[in-house]
Amino acid sequence: MTALSPKTASASRTAGIPAILKTAFINALIALVLFSLMVGIRTEAGSDGQLTYWTRFGDVAVLVAAVFGGSIVIELLRQWIGPTGAETLVPPAFKSGMSLVGRYLAPALLIFTLLVPVIFYDQRYILDLAILVLTYVMLGWGLNVVVGLAGLLDLGYVAFYAVGAYSYALLATNFGWSFWVCLPLAGILAAFWGVLLGFPVLRLRGDYLAIVTLAFGEIIRLVIINWQDLTGGPNGVSGIPRPTFFGVPLDNSDDGFAARFGLEYSATHRIVFLFYLILALALLTNWVTIRLRRLPIGRAWEALREDEVACRALGINTTTTKLTAFATGAMFGGFAGAFFATRQGFISPESFTFQESALVLAIVVLGGMGSQLGVALAALAMIGGFELFRGLEHYRMLVFGMAMVLIMIWRPRGLIGHRAPTVYLTKAQAISSDLVKEGHG
Amino acid sequence: MSGETILSVDRLTMRFGGIVAVQELSFAAERNKVTALIGPNGAGKTTVFNCITGFYKPSGGAIRLSHDDGRTIALERLNDFRIAQQAKVARTFQNIRLFPGMTVLENLMVAQHNALMRASGFTFLGLIGAPVYRDAEKQAIGLATDWLKRVNLLDRADDAAGNLAYGDQRRLEIARAMCTEPALLCLDEPAAGLNARESAALSELLLSIRNELGTSILLIEHDMSVVMEISDHIVVMDHGVKIAEGSPRQVRDDPKVIAAYLGADEEEAVAVMEGGS
Repeated sequence: MTALSPKTASASRTAGIPAILKTAFINALIALVLFSLMVGIRTEAGSDGQLTYWTRFGDVAVLVAAVFGGSIVIELLRQWIGPTGAETLVPPAFKSGMSLVGRYLAPALLIFTLLVPVIFYDQRYILDLAILVLTYVMLGWGLNVVVGLAGLLDLGYVAFYAVGAYSYALLATNFGWSFWVCLPLAGILAAFWGVLLGFPVLRLRGDYLAIVTLAFGEIIRLVIINWQDLTGGPNGVSGIPRPTFFGVPLDNSDDGFAARFGLEYSATHRIVFLFYLILALALLTNWVTIRLRRLPIGRAWEALREDEVACRALGINTTTTKLTAFATGAMFGGFAGAFFATRQGFISPESFTFQESALVLAIVVLGGMGSQLGVALAALAMIGGFELFRGLEHYRMLVFGMAMVLIMIWRPRGLIGHRAPTVYLTKAQAISSDLVKEGHG
Repeated sequence: MSGETILSVDRLTMRFGGIVAVQELSFAAERNKVTALIGPNGAGKTTVFNCITGFYKPSGGAIRLSHDDGRTIALERLNDFRIAQQAKVARTFQNIRLFPGMTVLENLMVAQHNALMRASGFTFLGLIGAPVYRDAEKQAIGLATDWLKRVNLLDRADDAAGNLAYGDQRRLEIARAMCTEPALLCLDEPAAGLNARESAALSELLLSIRNELGTSILLIEHDMSVVMEISDHIVVMDHGVKIAEGSPRQVRDDPKVIAAYLGADEEEAVAVMEGGS
C-alpha cells in the first residue's frame, strides 16, 4: 500500500487542465439541462386561472456558471488533497473508541429508556415522541426478522400494522373486548395474513417479491377504504377504548387508576403507562427475536438469507421456514398496530400508507440488517431526527436525505453492519459485514 | 463386489427442451462403497446428481434408494429438501455453497436443523429454554465438534466460513453434509481446485467416512488420482449415456473410456490415466 499510494496520487495529480475543464463542462451541461426547466421557466396560475409563465434565464446562467466554477474548484481540491477513501474519513482511534462504546451502549440505552418518564415527566411532547420512537423501534425489530434475518425484502409491512390496528379497533368497539384479550388476537390475525401473503409469493425472489409485497400493502389499504360496512372506509374507526391498567381504567373516575392508588389524577399517568406498554412490547419483540436467532428456526432463516439452495440440500423446508419468518414479523407488526390503535383512539387508512412501510424499511436498512441495536439506533435517529429538523420546514426532507446519503457512504451496511454469531466454541467473534449476504428475496 | 444396492438408477432420462442431457442411464451404487461417476465436461454428470438429489425432476426413469431397514424410496417423486430429510441423501456442490456469513460451527448446526427442530418442539420448547432442547443443542455441538476434528478445522470453528481458504471450505462442505447423518453422500467434484497434498488428504477423509461410518458415497470427480484411489466402482458417462462401468482397473483399460476422454488418440489418453493413478 505504501509503495502504491504515492504513485497513484502523483498519477491523479498530473491529470491536466483539459481533463478538469472537461469534467467541469459536463457538470455544467447537466446543470443546464436540469435547471433550464426547474428554474428557467416559471409557471403559475394567473388571476383568471389561466397558465402564465415567464423565463428566468439569467438565474439559470448564474447557476450553470456556479456549477462550472465549483466543479473546477472541487477537481483542484481533489488533486491537491489526493484520493480519500472511507478509511481515511474514520480515524482508527475513533473506531476503537466506537467498539468500546458499542459494548456498553445497549445497556446504557435501556436504562436511559426506562428512566425517560421519570426524567421528562412534565414534558408531554418528549413523552409522546418517545412513544412514537418506540413504536418504530418495535416495527423495525419486527421487520428485521423478515428482511434482516430471512433476507426477504418486504415492502408491504404496513399491511400487518394495519391488520393489527383494525383487529383491535373492530374487536374492541364491536364486542367491547379488553385490550389484553385483543392484543394476542391482533398478533395472531396479522400472522395469519402474513402466512396468507407468504403462500403465493414464496416462489418469487428479489425485486419480484418486493413488488408483490408492495402490492399486498396497497391491497390491504384499499380493502380497508372500500369495505365501508366493516371498517368505516375513509372515515376510519373512532372511539377505540383506551387501554386499562390490568382492568383499572386510567381516567378521572372514582374507580380509576388515580383514585384507586390514592394519587392525584393526572393525564400524564396514561401517557407514562402507554410508554411502558410499548417499551414492554418492544422488549418482548427483541427478546423473542434474540431467542429465535439462537434456535434452529432462526439459524435456518439466516442460512436461507445466505444460500437457499444449500438450505434445501440440507433438508430444510424452505417454504415453512419463509412462512414462519413472514408470520413472526407480521405478528409483531400486529402487536404494534394494536398498540397504535389504542394509543390514538382513532384510526383511518391514512395512517397505513406506503410511506410507513418505506420508513420502517429505511430504519432496518440504516440500522444494519439483522442488528437489533442498530435498528433501535436507526429508529431513534430517523424519527427523532425528523422531529429535530422540524424547524427547517420544507428543507427538512433535504437535510434528512443528505444525512441518509452520508451514512450510506460512511457505513454502506448500516450503522451496525457486522453479525454476531449465534453459537460458539471458544470465543464469539463478530463477522464482518463484507461476508454476510443480504439475501435474494 | 456383489454387495447390497443402496441406490439404483434405472433408465434415467433428463431433457431440457430439445436437449437430452441424460439418456436412459442405468447404474447401481452399493452400500458402504464409493461409486464414482466420471466423464468429460458436459457428459451430464451433474445433471444426474441434480436428479438424484431432487434439484431436477427427471423426464423419465426411476431412482430408488434402499435403506438399512428395508424401506425403498422413490427419489424421483420427492422434493429436494425431502430427499435430504427423509431419504437421507446429502450432497455438496461443484461451486462451493457454504453460508459464508455464518461461522464454521453455525454452518454445521444448520445442517442438523431437522433434528434440532424436533428437539426444540418446533421452536416452542426452545423458546422457553426447555432442558430437552438444551441437551439436544449440546449434542449437536458435540457432533459438529467431532466433524471439525475430522476435517481438521477445530481451531477455525468460530471464524466466518467465508474467511476460510478454498481447500478448507471444500472440507467444511463435506463435514456439513455429513452432519445431516446421511446414508448416501453425493460429492460433486470435491477435489476441484485442491493441490496434490489437499487431494491426498481428501481421499483419506472420504475413505475414513466409508470405512468408519459405513456411509455410501457417490462421487463426481475429474481428479483421476482421487477417483482411482478411493473408488470401488466407476461409471463412465459421455454425452448423456453410460459408456463403461466397472472396477477402476477395468475402466482405466477400457478403450472407449480413453477415446471419450481424449478423442481417438489412445496412447496419449493412456498416459493421462496412468499418470493419474
